[in-house]
Amino acid sequence: MSKSLKLLAPALALLAAPAFAEPLGLGRAALPEEIAAWDVAVLPDGTGLPDGSGDVFTGDEVFAEKCASCHGDFAEGIDNWPVLAGGQGSLTNRRPVKTIGSYWPHLSTVWDYIHRSMPFGAAQTVTADETYAITAFLLYSNGIVEDDFELSQTNFKDIVLPNAEGFYPDDRPGTEYPHFSVAPCMQGCREPVKVTKRAVELKVTPTDPDGKPAGTLPDLRVGAAAGQAATEETAAETEQPDPEPAVEATAETAAADPALIEEGAKVFKKCQACHKVGEGAKNATGPALNGIVDGAAGSVEGFRYSKPMQAAAEGGLVWSHEALAEFLADPKGYMKGTKMSFAGLKKPEEIEAVIAYLASVGG
Amino acid sequence: MSGTDETGTSRRAFLGAGLAAGGAVATTGLARAQDADPLITEVQDWASAFGDPVDATPYGMPIHYESHVVRRNVEWLTESPVSSINFTPIHALEGTITPQGCAFERHHSGAIELAKQDYRLMISGLVERPLVFTYEDLTRFPRTITTAFCECAANGGMEWGGAQLEGCQFTQGMIHNMEYTGVPLRLLLEEAGVKPEGKWVYAEGADASSNGRSMPLEKAMDDVLVAFFANGEALRKEHGYPVRLVVPGFEGNMWVKWLRRIGVYDRAVESREETSKYTDLMPDGRARKWTWVMDAKSVITSPSPQAPIRHGKGPLVITGLAWSGHGKVARVDVSLDGGVNWVEARLTGDVKSKALTRFHLDLDWDGSEMFLQSRAVDETGYVQPTKNQLREIRGLNNVYHNNGIQTWWVRADGEVENVEIA
Repeated sequence: MSKSLKLLAPALALLAAPAFAEPLGLGRAALPEEIAAWDVAVLPDGTGLPDGSGDVFTGDEVFAEKCASCHGDFAEGIDNWPVLAGGQGSLTNRRPVKTIGSYWPHLSTVWDYIHRSMPFGAAQTVTADETYAITAFLLYSNGIVEDDFELSQTNFKDIVLPNAEGFYPDDRPGTEYPHFSVAPCMQGCREPVKVTKRAVELKVTPTDPDGKPAGTLPDLRVGAAAGQAATEETAAETEQPDPEPAVEATAETAAADPALIEEGAKVFKKCQACHKVGEGAKNATGPALNGIVDGAAGSVEGFRYSKPMQAAAEGGLVWSHEALAEFLADPKGYMKGTKMSFAGLKKPEEIEAVIAYLASVGG
Repeated sequence: MSGTDETGTSRRAFLGAGLAAGGAVATTGLARAQDADPLITEVQDWASAFGDPVDATPYGMPIHYESHVVRRNVEWLTESPVSSINFTPIHALEGTITPQGCAFERHHSGAIELAKQDYRLMISGLVERPLVFTYEDLTRFPRTITTAFCECAANGGMEWGGAQLEGCQFTQGMIHNMEYTGVPLRLLLEEAGVKPEGKWVYAEGADASSNGRSMPLEKAMDDVLVAFFANGEALRKEHGYPVRLVVPGFEGNMWVKWLRRIGVYDRAVESREETSKYTDLMPDGRARKWTWVMDAKSVITSPSPQAPIRHGKGPLVITGLAWSGHGKVARVDVSLDGGVNWVEARLTGDVKSKALTRFHLDLDWDGSEMFLQSRAVDETGYVQPTKNQLREIRGLNNVYHNNGIQTWWVRADGEVENVEIA
């Protein structure tokens, strides 16, 4: 047997279907500490919960620090961020309010999600005890426990959420499919139609500069013959989908380093969940950041600052390059009690880049 | 299935449809140009000078004339762009394969950058041998190729209460269709050895949201793919580079990106994404869960609000997409009059199971207004319902799984609107 045939023989054996049941010997055994690090799911009966506990009082404090900037001090939700409390009895309303108390079936989901994926933008920074505490606070916010309640892995299973029985497995095969599986009518199937709703009247669709729905295909009969109008039109359009239009503003800041600003635009993505910057930027979860570099702290109109930030503003704090760098490295260390839940930028070069970027946009 | 005896006579059927809409078939002669076309009579720059050399774009983008064909976001839908969605420009695409660069994105915590060298996939839980694979390990398993549509469960969700958005990019554009290459999840599970009590598979991503979803073991052992190529190239970052799950026929949320762990359990994990979200609230205040399969659906992509008719009456190509999470599309019907009369459209190209199918209807448009609708029928005999048929069962708070028939009001001037009709 030639060498190549020898190589081929085991390959052919693999292709035979029954051989698949035999392991190929790929990969390696997962170590217990690796499984512990990644296999953190908590099941409805509490399986997977680590040791620990936390009470409502502590939860209130941790929530105010880590969660309230989006979810509100009372879990009522700020702007369009999720409402976590209330809404019980609203599920048949035209505008149901789906919260932990009104909709979620399992407390395990609350614990698992906070521990695994919150706070938004700083996931996996909440300890087990803090997660128990936040969960206890959310139970209290929803009127499910009293204010002296402490949650632990031992009493976890005793808690039943109000909507625990509110879900049933997909029943479309029984309730819909037979109904929708009859041979369809082809001729004279209904009365002539009347228009009852026109989307155009709502004016909620993104539009192009000419007022047409965004992305409307160009009229191929306009401008093409001369070759010029079409070129101008498309030249203007090519700039539009630039993912970082703010980078264009670098032209105005002659001394700035374009590469650093570009890097800063990337770093700023970490901030974008809460902060807007650039032309027309509005306050969101955090204040708009136009003019923030060398601007007075706590001075963006219409934004409700934390008490410490208000005090700093009254004390005349200015966001100089140095002050901003210090704040961004460790927001909560720099200003205890700030609403900014961000953990901070670890790398000095990221801080330099993002400050350069902020200085370059929004004047 | 009706119309099977009309194979090859589709044009006649379309002409009939044009007549049914109340117009005579135009048989005008060819238009005559007033003046000679300088694009023909004069030597153009491009016919004389050099074009771009090779390597001008080592990995090319579409020519700038097509710069309007991009994913688009509806900003008021979500509070943050890192937990948000955008829409595929299906009004501007043809065929069935969606280019990765304009295929809709849905992230729950932003699109992360994860290098192949840093990639690990763990299989844990009720298995004989909990395992860790590197990216290279995955490339050593036998591969398969699957073309599948990925549709967000919320596609059309904004339209539950009534017509809202102008354009199929926004009303049906949370969908894409790619050809994936990867390893059947079955092979990885067999490598680890699923214990007899293992009945559910839970998939998690490496990003901050993790987006964990449970599915029955039967599905995981059937056609689910651990994919690392799409449309012949590596997955793009926004589609889960370097590895994502492909779950044909099931809602897009289950197609976990940046796949990091497969856990085998004896029950569903009931994560946030399968309880508080992606469950279907019914009129009695209870909710359906585990509504994984995307039912048969179709939409006419042109003409549509972003693709008006500009050429006037005469020959008109109506084109659209149809799909079913239950298998193959068997047929698509098109109505020009809002569902009074229907004619069978032509399925163009290969029809693949749980993948987008292209349909066409070649019409001689008489220039009068039309209420265009399309209706998919899949191989199980399921017929795409009207929006009102769905609302009668599910009420107005359902949000997810809106596969109702779309109506486009084509005006005599060729402009097109998204409307609801009675």
